[in-house]
Amino acid sequence: METYSFLRELADSWVLLALTVFFLGTIVWAFRPGSRDTHRDTADIPFRNDTLPCDKGCPDCACKQTFKFDLEA
Amino acid sequence: MSNYLKLLALGLVAFVAALAANWARDLAYQIHALLIMAVAGGMFIWVLRSTDDPQPKVDTSGYMDGVVRAGVIATGFWGVIGFLVGVVIAFQLAFPVLNLDWAQPYANFGRLRPLHTSAVIFAFGGNALIMSSFYIVQRTCGARLWGGNLAWFVFWGYNLFIVLAATGYLLGATQSKEYAEPEWYVDIWLTIVWLAFLAVYMGTIFTRKERHIYVANWFLLSFIITVAMLHVVNNISIPVSIWGSKSVQVFAGVQDAMTQWWYGHNAVGFFLTAGFLGMMYYFVPKQAGRPVFSYKLSIIHFWALIFLYIWAGPHHLHYTALPDWASTLGMVFSIILWMPSWGGMINGLMTLQGAWDKLRTDPIIRMMVISLAFYGMSTFEGPMMSIKAVNSLSHYTDWTIGHVHSGALGWNGMITFGALYFLTPKLWGRAQMYSLPAINWHFWLATIGIVLYASSMWVTGIMEGLMWREVDAQGFLVNSFADTVSAKFPMYVVRGLGGVLYLAGALIMAWNMWMTIWGGAKVTAPVGVPAE
Repeated sequence: METYSFLRELADSWVLLALTVFFLGTIVWAFRPGSRDTHRDTADIPFRNDTLPCDKGCPDCACKQTFKFDLEA
Repeated sequence: MSNYLKLLALGLVAFVAALAANWARDLAYQIHALLIMAVAGGMFIWVLRSTDDPQPKVDTSGYMDGVVRAGVIATGFWGVIGFLVGVVIAFQLAFPVLNLDWAQPYANFGRLRPLHTSAVIFAFGGNALIMSSFYIVQRTCGARLWGGNLAWFVFWGYNLFIVLAATGYLLGATQSKEYAEPEWYVDIWLTIVWLAFLAVYMGTIFTRKERHIYVANWFLLSFIITVAMLHVVNNISIPVSIWGSKSVQVFAGVQDAMTQWWYGHNAVGFFLTAGFLGMMYYFVPKQAGRPVFSYKLSIIHFWALIFLYIWAGPHHLHYTALPDWASTLGMVFSIILWMPSWGGMINGLMTLQGAWDKLRTDPIIRMMVISLAFYGMSTFEGPMMSIKAVNSLSHYTDWTIGHVHSGALGWNGMITFGALYFLTPKLWGRAQMYSLPAINWHFWLATIGIVLYASSMWVTGIMEGLMWREVDAQGFLVNSFADTVSAKFPMYVVRGLGGVLYLAGALIMAWNMWMTIWGGAKVTAPVGVPAE
């Protein structure tokens, strides 16, 4: 079979199926049990890290607090 | 040691550019070679003069915001330039004498039009995307930009690309592909810069401190990767000579047309939509002070957009030599695309749930909301125009131009203005913009400008579409092309005036940014103070 016909047939069948399943899979995955808390936490990311969090690990370093940046403060 | 290597490389570039300028086959190539020679020579002298200076210690304890500041200024600058050229060519269409006989061929519509489209899409929009992705990726990853000065290379390299592209159009170097006009060597340069952009972005994501990758980064990353792919495939060409700008496309005929509009529509889909949605998913929640309405919806929005957009290109080629099945496929996917687009719009708007009062008090939120409204409007209009029956009326008319501008001025422009107003005070340590009433003025000037633009183009587009298809009892066409041109005159003037209003708003923004950055009260905002 020539290359074009082969690729065309493959695209119309298995690749189409695989892409559709992947797409539906992402939706199912978004609604998986336990996703709500993860998503709530992820959606809050823009409200953390207004300054660069430091990873020096010193015990009473002030910059460690930037991780707990909350909205109301 | 590294300075010697730099000197060697810069000297070599300047030397080859000098040879190229001497052997150049055409004017555009020659001017570009001289430009590269001047840039490389200038950098050579600069590196040479500072070669024995002690290396200044770079403070890496904070985010890398210098390049974002430069990007904010470049965005404002190119925005004003791009809108200005747009106003000029709008009036050229109404008053052909403005093509200026004494300035031919440089000042004619054919050369200024790609200058306008590239200036607004790639210079204004591109700088906005690069600077906001650098800002967003650091904040949502809790990590400094990866790669040190590579981010500066991306900024200057991208702006050099813009200067090469713009001067090339004026001097007549174009490969005649819409939105992909730059010739082969400019394309290669952009590819290098874009891969550096990808490296900086991916490197920052890899070194992130947050466990999850925030949705804005998904959109921005898909924008970077897809644009790289589209750019490379659509620009496969063979230069006639390496000492000249002319090149020949490898694809031909209908294949070339399909590749061009696969590129063209996905440039809209991934540059002007996915990229700007990345901005929207960060700046709207930030300005509203509340997280995005539904994170699940944002995930579905993302994957649906990715899976559907890539197929929509053939709707640019209805009733051409393109096979019928391909054109139907493009139409069907364009119509399905309406749903995720509106899902995204609803997600952005509903983020304001419980904070709608901010619309009255916060002009920046108002700008973001109107941009989402225009996103919704143009993503409804687009699928409608992709239906073959509608397209048979709208194609080749000004309706298309109106559609593009309601999306570009309304959605891309307004969300960028919102982002600039959000970023400028933050990046220069000010409490807020210098003048809030000026933001209000900008908002209304821009909105009225878009309304004038879009409505005049609807009227003139549908009118000329109907005039072109009008036949008399014997089956002869009633109108000549010139009849439609003269009938469109009043609408062209209104469109130009809409452009003047939009430009006036942008000038007010430029003044406001200038005063916030360099003038006015130096009230330092409490940036970088951790909350208790």
